[in-house]
Amino acid sequence: MKTTSAIAPWNRRRFLQTFGGGLAVLWFLDDAHAQAESGRRGGRGGGGQRRPPELAAWLQIAADGTVTIFTGKAECGQNIRTSLTQVVAEELPAPLAAIKLVMGDTALTPWDAGTFGSRTTPDMAPQLRKVAATAREALVDLAAAAWQVDRVSLLAADGKIVHAASHRSVGFGELTKGEKLLVNVSDSAPTKPATAWKIAGTSLLKINGRDFVTGAHAYASDIARPGMWHGRVLRPAAFEATLVALDASAAAAMPGVKVVHEGNFIAVVALTEHLAAQAIAALRAEWKTTPQISERELFAHLRATARGAPPVTVESAATLRQTYTVAYIAHTPLEPRAAVAEWQGDALTVWTGSQRPFGVRTELAAALHVSEEKIRVIVPDTGSGYGGKHTGEAAVEAARLARAVGRPVKLVWTREEEFTWAYVRPAGVIDLASTATADGLVTAWEHHNYNSGSAGLRAPYEFPGQRTEYHPARSPLKQGSYRALAATANHFARETHLDEQARALRLDPLEFRLKNLRESRARAVLAAAAKRFGWNQTPRAPDRGCGLAYGLDKGGHLATFAEVAIDRATGKVSVVRVVQAFECGAVLNPAHLKNQNEGAIVQGLGAALFEAVRFENGRILNPHFAGYRVPRFSDTPVIDVLLLNRPDLPSAGAGEAPIIGIAPAVGNAIFDATGVRLRSLPLVPNGLKV
Amino acid sequence: MSNVTLLHVNGSARACDADAARPLLSVLRDDLALTGTKFGCGEGQCGACTVLVDGVPVRSCLTPCGSIGPQKITTIEGLARDGHLHALQEAFLANGAMQCAYCTSGMIMSGVALLAKNPHPSDEEIVRFMDGNICRCGVYQRILAAIKHAAAATNGGAK
Ligand code: FES
Ligand code: FES
Repeated sequence: MKTTSAIAPWNRRRFLQTFGGGLAVLWFLDDAHAQAESGRRGGRGGGGQRRPPELAAWLQIAADGTVTIFTGKAECGQNIRTSLTQVVAEELPAPLAAIKLVMGDTALTPWDAGTFGSRTTPDMAPQLRKVAATAREALVDLAAAAWQVDRVSLLAADGKIVHAASHRSVGFGELTKGEKLLVNVSDSAPTKPATAWKIAGTSLLKINGRDFVTGAHAYASDIARPGMWHGRVLRPAAFEATLVALDASAAAAMPGVKVVHEGNFIAVVALTEHLAAQAIAALRAEWKTTPQISERELFAHLRATARGAPPVTVESAATLRQTYTVAYIAHTPLEPRAAVAEWQGDALTVWTGSQRPFGVRTELAAALHVSEEKIRVIVPDTGSGYGGKHTGEAAVEAARLARAVGRPVKLVWTREEEFTWAYVRPAGVIDLASTATADGLVTAWEHHNYNSGSAGLRAPYEFPGQRTEYHPARSPLKQGSYRALAATANHFARETHLDEQARALRLDPLEFRLKNLRESRARAVLAAAAKRFGWNQTPRAPDRGCGLAYGLDKGGHLATFAEVAIDRATGKVSVVRVVQAFECGAVLNPAHLKNQNEGAIVQGLGAALFEAVRFENGRILNPHFAGYRVPRFSDTPVIDVLLLNRPDLPSAGAGEAPIIGIAPAVGNAIFDATGVRLRSLPLVPNGLKV
Repeated sequence: MSNVTLLHVNGSARACDADAARPLLSVLRDDLALTGTKFGCGEGQCGACTVLVDGVPVRSCLTPCGSIGPQKITTIEGLARDGHLHALQEAFLANGAMQCAYCTSGMIMSGVALLAKNPHPSDEEIVRFMDGNICRCGVYQRILAAIKHAAAATNGGAK
């Protein structure tokens, strides 16, 4: 095929002539005009909490054919930079290498609520698919006009529009000459069904992976600005403590140090991080503390402060009633909260690691009394979040300090700050009561969650007249989002309870579940995982046990099977093997979906076995990795993930659901091995006493 | 103690002027702009800050820069040779052994040290050697596979 033919030179006027008489569906404007236009409509980067309709807010094609995509989502390790690139490459279609994603930059990308709730795949991917399809149709129109041929004779392929009949083709960039396509994103532009995907749906590896294995990628904590100093905040002695007295003289006298004191906000800014740490240590502060709830009182406190109706009496005829608890846990992402702030006059730029770039901009505006238009928040691909980076504390602190000292400031939270002053996954108390017939049909089901949340509360089983309630309570610790929210706690309670019912009825836990499940997607994951795991197929070795759980969260079905080994002498519980089957509709990228499943299982194992934030009277007792154990290589089982692809179904997100099955599967396996029933997370923070 | 004015990093002599008590991590990152080495805890618990000093993996967050002297430091930026990635860097890519990748530099530096010492480590040896490196995203299984992959690809990591 001939590569390119010269297209007739034409300009805006010519084009409008061509498509005159009400047919002007698209046209070119010069850049200045286009920007004014987009500004007027609150387009790209503009304020307004809505998605701009203009295509150019989402996609631009440079003269060299580079396609730049703008999305307010943030890459935090889910590898959505890769999967979204695949979606666009598929739909345009254009070579992967020609597509560049600008993400999470409030000055450049369309407004977005944030990267959470597993919404990128079910929501942003279809949006970008529409964007790419709209662009493709516009490009076809342009080529048809330029060549004076019928648009149906044209084909878009590999970054070009091709006219097969005349062996002509033209690159997207040659066609647009780098100017914007001024059309609105169309809902009716035809998109490819998953069954026809060639680029989407494949295991493309992390698209900018090379930047990470060479250390070239700059996370927020790696950003440096000319004249930048380092900030450190003095934290109160306990939560809710108020400052009584401060002697900052020693710190203020240190060369290369400035002390900033605004009310309860006390901080230092120094030439180096080391100096900042020394200056903080030199501050003498006296705090007034107030008594607070400690961990030993926690669960009684949550029940006592539960809002709404008084705790409901569980059904009196219930044959099984039990209480389950979950501890507070920390996200403790490996990149702590970090921000670099720089003022230019009254305009502020902040680089920070966050899941909510636009939310952080709002926080900054409120805290610093600056209008949002004056603030730019840039979120470089971030050292993870897991729901823990929805807030902009470090950004606000860095911006305050930068303004106070009149130079750019970097602020990176210490690990201790991250454990103490971030927020935690809610702790909770869960009451469950149920009745089942002798042959295993559940006939009554009641589930009450105190404090931890309502996600995953409703049982995804055929339980007639099931009753579920969430009772918000007063949390002594600052709590917030965590991967899968309360679905982990509620699945832990439910799937443990079901295991207890099955054992009481002397039924196989898998069969018992299947008896109460009609949904074919649920049955499919259970069947697939059971087969791969070899459920009930081999006689159990001594001190080994197997357990399973089924779960449904945010449109993803999963079945988790685990095998544990118990060392009776030491009480050590090792999870040796996990099989997880996962189905979330059409798979966008199998490698990354597997990776998310594996990672979620490992992360979930920490909360299942040993993670707990310890606290007493307004202080965190274990704010270091030395005291807060997270999963390591030696805790990692052999993990086998089975993906059930359903190209006939829309893709659901999968950053969260894969974490919910591991805790109950492991708890049930421990019971299988030892007969010891554990109803609290973490299950074995100090080993198992058998 | 006088300031540190010279460090040998990735094959070149780099001038600096750093308080000898400052952690090597901060001097590498803030003074020499080698930000590939990460801060994860500053407490020797996570391995994100791992660099090689005369081939030995050290936690740069707990290493005063004044303790280095003439020893040769290798950071993640110094692993590739003439644009060719180290076999373990390639293996991390090929095995998709990362999510947020914040642990990746430290993992690779530890893995490089392991392979230099033990060209064909068993799974148990990898786990034991690497257990000080935390990956909060939980990519351990893939990192283990990547280390084995690199060992096989280079017949023991020898390049
Ligand atoms: S930063 Fe040095 S071990 Fe964590
Ligand atoms: S990939 Fe995120 S910490 Fe390892």
